[in-house]
Amino acid sequence: MKSGLVYTETVVHAAPEQFVADAPYQLAIVSLEDGGRLTVRVDGERVAIGDRVEFVEDRNGISFFRKA
Amino acid sequence: MRPVAIIGIGKTAFGAFPDRDLRSLAVEAGEKCLADAHVSPSQVEAYYLGNFAGPSFVGQNHLAPYIAGAMGITGVPATRFEAACASSGSAFYHAVSSVAAGLNDIVLVAGVEKMTSQTTPKVTEILAGAGDTCGEVRAGATFPALFAMIARRHMYQYGTTRDMLASVAVKNHENGAKNPLAHMRKVITMEQALKGKPISEPLTVFDCSLISDGAAAVLIVPFERASEFTDKPVKVLGVAQTSDYVALDQKDDITTFRAVAAAAQKAYKMAGVTAQDIQFAEVHDCFTIAEIIAIEDLGFVKKGDGGPYELAGCTRLTGPLPINTSGGLKSKGHPVGATGVGQLCDLVLQLRGEAGERQLAKHSLGLAQNLGGSGATAVVTILGVA
Repeated sequence: MKSGLVYTETVVHAAPEQFVADAPYQLAIVSLEDGGRLTVRVDGERVAIGDRVEFVEDRNGISFFRKA
Repeated sequence: MRPVAIIGIGKTAFGAFPDRDLRSLAVEAGEKCLADAHVSPSQVEAYYLGNFAGPSFVGQNHLAPYIAGAMGITGVPATRFEAACASSGSAFYHAVSSVAAGLNDIVLVAGVEKMTSQTTPKVTEILAGAGDTCGEVRAGATFPALFAMIARRHMYQYGTTRDMLASVAVKNHENGAKNPLAHMRKVITMEQALKGKPISEPLTVFDCSLISDGAAAVLIVPFERASEFTDKPVKVLGVAQTSDYVALDQKDDITTFRAVAAAAQKAYKMAGVTAQDIQFAEVHDCFTIAEIIAIEDLGFVKKGDGGPYELAGCTRLTGPLPINTSGGLKSKGHPVGATGVGQLCDLVLQLRGEAGERQLAKHSLGLAQNLGGSGATAVVTILGVA
């Protein structure tokens, strides 16, 4: 299972048209353990820079991670 | 390579103009510019237009000949440049290349955007198209979200605070209130800036530039011919455009825009000056954090010192290095395709000594920095009095 550390994050309040119903939602750039970075959505509890997160599932082409 | 001069400028007001269409804005800026330089449309040898998303915002393609024709300019190359929010900076870079190379003598460079006919969520979606739509944008990133993530990391690495961000907005509104062409001509307090509606944490509405309509234009010629048209020519001392990855998650360090740093080094070298010689600058404050990073990447302050420098008031009109005397994108407005050339118009006003209430005492060497996306295009221009 993919996991990594939160490199940076934000909570989006003003969403683009297609995601207005999801707002507010948290986005994070995760530094993956296997290398590289990925922009993901955060499920559940809010996370901060340095937190360990793990992959939950892909929904509609979006990768969801949560606090490990 | 021939030295190049700016001999005319023209700008519309920036703002929300429900009764104006894209073409009429661009025509107004172009005609004001030609009048400023005492040049007729038939003398123009090429038309370079910066525009980010006219096709998405207003459904019009083939924009450059569409606008040039409305000004009576036909039979010449008329081309649109798209580089997100650096579209007209890029148009200027390529126009200067053409004059410097000797292909053309009298070239009109313009930028235009008509944004306010769409709803804010729709504008947000169109602007997001300047990001990676297969990655970050698909996940739900907006431009405020990308710069919010940049801000969070800058705060984490360098101790930058919310107060430092807010001080950029307060200062730019203070300047914009003095600019008759600015979109939002009002001063704001630190308290207002800190308590604004959240857009993408930690950024509030007061950290974000405005959604605006507007256009700007400059006219360039070989420097050796400038005196035929004006007794106040402004010399293009240096200009450089560079690129980087589009996606934020592909960049090693998001607290710096390495395309800006690279463009700045090239422009300084071309101009034969250093960062310390620059007297004032218009930088791309699409978000407050972007101004802080810009003054670091341009070499005005050390990495990490941008926030404290802003908070200390060093970039105000009365400070040692005035930044965004026009009010910046924050207060003057940000019709994205017009911004790069708009910055050049504002530099020229200062260099000619025509900036009114905002006029600086030292005004012989200025710099403009125009940014596309989250740093995938950067244009840096250095202008000086001849």
